[in-house]
This record gives sequence, structure tokens and C-alpha cells, in this order.
Amino acid sequence: MTAHHEGSGPASPPSPAGMPATISAGDSARRSRVLMKGNEAIAEAAIQAGCDAYFGYPITPQAELLEWMARRMPELGRVFVQAESELGAINMALGAAATGARVMVSSSSPGISLMAEAMSYMAGSGTPMVLVNVMRAGPGLGGIGPSQSDYFQATKGHGHGDYRVPVLAPASIDEAVELVATAFELAEKYRTPVMLVADGILGQAMEPVSLRFRTPERRTGDWALTGAAGRPPRIVKSIDLVPEVLERRNLDLQRKYREIRRHEVRWDEWQLEDAEYAIVAYGTAARVARSAVARARERGIKVGLFRPVTLWPFPERELARVSQHVHGILTVELSSGQMVEDVRLAVEGRCPVAFHGRMGGLVPTPDEVLGALKALRGKVQRAAADPALHHDGGRS
Amino acid sequence: MTIDAHSSGRTSAPADQRLIYARPEVLADRSTHYCPGCGHGVIHRLLAEVLTELELPAHTIAVAPVGCAVFAYDYLMVDWVEAPHGRAPAVATGIRRVRPEAFVLTYQGDGDLAAIGTAEIVHAAARGERITAIFVNNGIYGMTGGQMAPTTLLGQKTTSSPSGREPSLMGYPIRITEMLAQLPGVTYAARGSVADASQIGKLKAMIKKACRVQIDGGGFAIVEAISNCPVGWNMTPQESLDHLRGPVARAYPLGVIVDRTGAAAGPQAGSQPAGGPAAPGSASVQPEA
Repeated sequence: MTAHHEGSGPASPPSPAGMPATISAGDSARRSRVLMKGNEAIAEAAIQAGCDAYFGYPITPQAELLEWMARRMPELGRVFVQAESELGAINMALGAAATGARVMVSSSSPGISLMAEAMSYMAGSGTPMVLVNVMRAGPGLGGIGPSQSDYFQATKGHGHGDYRVPVLAPASIDEAVELVATAFELAEKYRTPVMLVADGILGQAMEPVSLRFRTPERRTGDWALTGAAGRPPRIVKSIDLVPEVLERRNLDLQRKYREIRRHEVRWDEWQLEDAEYAIVAYGTAARVARSAVARARERGIKVGLFRPVTLWPFPERELARVSQHVHGILTVELSSGQMVEDVRLAVEGRCPVAFHGRMGGLVPTPDEVLGALKALRGKVQRAAADPALHHDGGRS
Repeated sequence: MTIDAHSSGRTSAPADQRLIYARPEVLADRSTHYCPGCGHGVIHRLLAEVLTELELPAHTIAVAPVGCAVFAYDYLMVDWVEAPHGRAPAVATGIRRVRPEAFVLTYQGDGDLAAIGTAEIVHAAARGERITAIFVNNGIYGMTGGQMAPTTLLGQKTTSSPSGREPSLMGYPIRITEMLAQLPGVTYAARGSVADASQIGKLKAMIKKACRVQIDGGGFAIVEAISNCPVGWNMTPQESLDHLRGPVARAYPLGVIVDRTGAAAGPQAGSQPAGGPAAPGSASVQPEA
């Protein structure tokens, strides 16, 4: 490993401007709460998780993450490089990660598109790395408002080839702090890139953060490039021109993905015990949905929240179980409806699935969500009153 | 060059004879996938000799390109990482920054370095990354079937410039090593050739110098090797070498383009113009008969 690993951080590093002095001063201080921006908390969580190297390129709305790293990493003797592009940044990450270093890269949607190429190479060569996407509204240059319109990109196919990456979606800054450590853990355990997706709100908002930092144990493999002293040379690569060999490599990857599906599904449920309806939402949309659930319950509508924390692997079995007990499901996203496709696949027509979303950097209000929920309930009740009306899974 | 230093007992000479030429251990004992007459094999060999002479193989982490040299890891027995097309200098930057003790080497062709990877090479050079870049310029995309490269000569026929490279439509060849040499982060930049034994000796001296720059804590060092592609050029190997000596070397002048090592240059060769005498220690390198 590199010389830059400080475990849970040095005893008393100098405190940069705006950085609470307590942040790395031991366990009791670690439980204090400070007001932090999401981008800054994610950056500090990576540092406390033992991130050896960070590579980035400025883009709104994640620039504070890069700036935090620019201050903190050098003072800890670790690596920070502002690259010439997102292509440069993620390929620097590829090189550093290939030597066994713990590496993170962050960007926002347009920059994430540029990183797709190297992500595919890293998935193919089994190179661990954590990539944070603070999503903004697209397509194209789009806008700088919050969005969840990169769900397809994150879960279905960022770059080329048959690969998947675990995708973690925090709904609060506290949860983001925890999931950053989880992301490094998964990356090294499964030798894969891992994505953490936030959105402009989560990145820019300030809220009290518990500073429950965690430093995952390092898993050093017998694959890292350290110089072939006293051992045969190692190669970190994805190329294999012999179809049979490449298929075997792909089958190994798919085995790994089955393992991840089996062991790494994460989700959260709230007020689903007696629920007749469920809202499915993640990230910032889940926080709006939570408010909508509270308002609906005040009005006597029994509704609960199902919140995927891993977008891949998607909690499909868990959601399927919920769908057996509710009359209908409403999916809420900051997009035109991307995750809702996975919701429908999981529900398999057992109940109607409706969708409500906003685009362009807009966030639905709790009342909007409540309205969509009432519309779904009305439709379900009309269908129940007239058996001739079969539900259509909410597609119309 | 002390020849016996890298014979490592694999090949022993009879008692009354002295072994003067052997395969360096770091060069794999196998035939390559390169086409007959291709210059990559010679350049691999030179790299193997230089790495061995500088005792670098155990510390080396090399970055492979996309292109004909994508399988370089099959021939040079050091740690390798495969870079996406053109990204080798960025990948090498990542390695450099987390492994200050490693010897970091990139090996790229002209499509990789001078077309798709221009941003990465320019900024690695601008940052003065302490890496050694080997740039093989044969003026063509060999692996994909001989298409025009940014380095293709004016008038040269390729599969994507079937009537010859026409500057009003296809622009002019890029002397990218001269462009890079302007950057203060570049400690050493030179251009050599594999056209004949004399040129190969000088090229080796340049490669050795570019490696020493890294060992001595200098900045970015690059050696461009103009090389031949008989198949892509539609020539016999001998014709291609004559072409390399003639029109190609006129378009891409040989010699040291910049040397900012100053007094620290030391006795090793390579800092002199290629037109000068071959460096001591490199003159003994001869192509295999």
C-alpha cells in the first residue's frame, strides 16, 4: 500500500478554514454534530475512510467537494490532482487504483458521461474505485438544479460492455457519510468501481452532520501493481482477443454481480406495516415523499415509504413483498420516470404502479406528491367498484 | 553498455569466447504479434536493455496503449496497466502520485498520443509529471488497418486517405514532440529513429537519458521514435526503412529537441544532437542478424 494511509486520520491535523477542529480529534468528537454542506461532508467522509488519492475537475454542483479535497488532502500528505478534464481525472484514478491505493473521483452529470469510458475499463479489469455523482438536470449541458435523471446511466449502462456497478443513494448527509465508507468497502471487497449518487440539493444543502466517520479495513489483493520485485509481473487489463477467454472473464464478472445481488441489497422502509399504498423514492425525492406520507396519514390515507438505498442491486424481492400487501404504488423521482421501470419489473403487475416526477432541476412538493397519491387511490377505488375495469399497472 | 550484465547465465559462452549479445531477462522469450519488419520489436528490445542496465524492471509500472503495442505486456516482463485509448499519461499520473518510488513508463503510438490523447499528453507534460514517455510514430493507424494518423505525411496514401493526404481537407502532420518541448515541465524531449543500426544506437541513448531524468528526479521526459509500418505503408520492410530514412526523417527531424537537465545531465549520452557521434556505451548495440 502507499505511504499515504493514515487509518482514521492523524491525531491532530491542522484545521483548514471552515473545517471544525473536532473532526478528526478522536471518537467522542466524532459523535458531535456540526453544520456541513453535503459536498463537504462527503469529501471529509472519504478522507476519514482512508482515501489515498482524489482526482477531480470543477463542475457545479459538486465543486465544494473538489475544493475541500484541494485543502485537506495535501495537508494530510495525500494526493490531490485537479485534472485537465473528467477523462483525465478518472484515468488518473484508474492508474492510482491499479497500484492498490484507495481512490475517489467526483463529478456531476455531464462530467460523469465523460467518465463512462474508464469506468468500463475498471469494471472489466476489476479495479476498485469510488465515483460520486452529484446529479444535475440534463440532457446535454442542461442546468445546475438537482436531478435524478442519471438513474439509467448509473444502473443500466454507464459505459460499454456487460457490466454493472453498485450504486448507493443516500437521502441525507448523515447517510452519505456512512455510505462513502460502505462504497470503499464494496469497491475493495468485490474489486469493482462503486457509484454514490447524490443530487444538487444533497450536495449543496447544509444540515447537521453527526460525523460518524468510519475507516473500512483494507483488503489488499495479490493483483495490485507495485513493481515486480520478487514475484511474476502483474497486469491490470480488460482486453482478451480470444472469444472463449473473454467469455470466461465475462462469466466471472456475472458471478461477481450475482454475489453482489445476493449480499448487498440495501433499502429502508417507513410506515409500511399497515400501509394500503406505498411510495417508492430514493435520495432527495424520498425526503419529499416522507413529508407526503406524513400529510397523507393526517388525512387518513394509510401510506408508507419504500426507499431503495442501493439502486443497483435494486431491492426487487423486498419491493415485490411490499406489492403483495398494498393496493397501489406511487414512484416519485426527479426525472421523467427512470427507476419506475425497475419498480414495475419488481411488482410484476401485482398492483398498479403510478409515477410522479419533475424535471429541469425542479423538485416536487409534498402536496404535489399527495395529489398524485390521491389520484392513484381514486383510480384503484374506481377499479374495485367496477370489476370490469382491470388495472393497467398505472401505465395510462 | 556492459553486455554480460544482462545475460544472467541464460546463455553461456565457451571459455575461450566472450558473450557480447544476449536477450535481456526482462524481454520475454517469445515471438511477437508484430508484422514482419515492424519497428516495435526493436524499440521493445531497446527498452528492455535500458531498463536492465538501469536496474529498473523490479520497480517499473508501465502503461500500455491502445493500438499495435496494446500487447506490450506480453513482451516486457514488468507490471503493466492497460489504459483506455490515449489516456496513458493520465493513468501514469495516477500511478506516479501514489507511488513516488516506482519507475513509471508509458508506451504510446501516434494515434494514441497525437490524436485521441492530446489533452492527456499535453497536461501530463505541462504538470511536469515525473514519467518517461515512449512515443512510437509510424504515421499510421496500424492495428485497425492502415488509416490516416495525425502524423501521416502529406500525400501519403492510407486506407482513409486513398488519394493521399490532402492538406486542404485533412490538415498537416503534427510535430507534437516539438509542441510539448515548449512546456517548462518537460525536462527532456528527443526524437530518434529505427531506420538503421546507427540510428538505433542513438535512439537507445535517448531512451536511456529519458529514463535517467526520472531516476534523477527531473520532470517529464519523452522520446519519440519514428518507426516503420511496412504493411500499412504498402512497402517491403527494406523499402519502408529507406522511406523512414528519407521523407519521414525530413518531416520529423531527428535529435534532442529540448534538454533542461543542465549540469545534472552527467556523462550519459543522449543530450547531444542525433547528428553527432554516437554515445559511448550505445555503439555496441547492433540489430540482430
